[in-house]
Amino acid sequence: MGNFLVWAVWVVAAFACLGSGIAVITFSNPFYSALALIGNLGSLAVLYLLLSAEFVAAAQVLIYAGAVMVMFLFVIAYLGGRADAPWAGGPSWQTVGAVAAAGALLVEIILAIGLKAGGSLSRANISEAFGSPAAIGKAFLTDHLLAFEITSIVLLVAAIGGVVLGSYARRRHWGAAKPPVGDSRPVESVHGVPPADRSAL
Amino acid sequence: MKGPDIAAYLVIAAVLFVTGAAGVLIRRSPLIILLSLEIMLNGGNLALIAMARHQGGLGGQIFALAVMAVAASEVVVGLGLIVAMARRHLELDVDKLSTLRG
Repeated sequence: MGNFLVWAVWVVAAFACLGSGIAVITFSNPFYSALALIGNLGSLAVLYLLLSAEFVAAAQVLIYAGAVMVMFLFVIAYLGGRADAPWAGGPSWQTVGAVAAAGALLVEIILAIGLKAGGSLSRANISEAFGSPAAIGKAFLTDHLLAFEITSIVLLVAAIGGVVLGSYARRRHWGAAKPPVGDSRPVESVHGVPPADRSAL
Repeated sequence: MKGPDIAAYLVIAAVLFVTGAAGVLIRRSPLIILLSLEIMLNGGNLALIAMARHQGGLGGQIFALAVMAVAASEVVVGLGLIVAMARRHLELDVDKLSTLRG
């Protein structure tokens, strides 16, 4: 009975995962694509739970399906959700080539898996605490401390990059749109506030 | 409790990766390309976690968490670029953004 339940959950999660993945790349409206990707990440979290990776499943739901996708949806809403027409006018040679290349890649990977990684999932050699937050935290802070610290540096650099990109776009855009009137000094402000008003801030 | 074999998970991971790769190659909107990149990264993550379960070690799960952090960073920079493009009234089509000159 338990075996049947695991199989049923696996089949449902796997097909939801694949179906929503196809949906992401076929919807013409990016808003629907982002919503389908949330479904994809949620069904992947179910697969992670079946692989006894509880902490990674929780992080997947919190970070990916929560934070990252909310940021995506904010940007799509900011850009107005303009729909392109990817399938207009029949398949182009680029589409045909892309699908052929993807199919070739799939065949190659499946062959490699079938030749190398066959065999059943070994169920015996993991303990009850495998994949729990305590085990993950201990592994992170002992064996994989360097990876942990480098991850923090990567996140810091990405945050700085996001701020720099945002402020650069704002300065160029507003500086071109609103030249100062009656002020001979060059515009130094970053936030669109004239230099004389900056003392009020 | 006995579920599917490791090969079943790896096939799902491979199909996810290929789906994302096809999306990156077919679609022209940079937003959809970023979403397809997320699918590719998640295919890799699923393979890593299946292998961690197969081997009985935690290294694969640690790697998957690091991939998650890298994906979040990539989304920050990619969305920043897309917003910068939209603010300068450039068309959001990667075929028409063939030069990176200001």
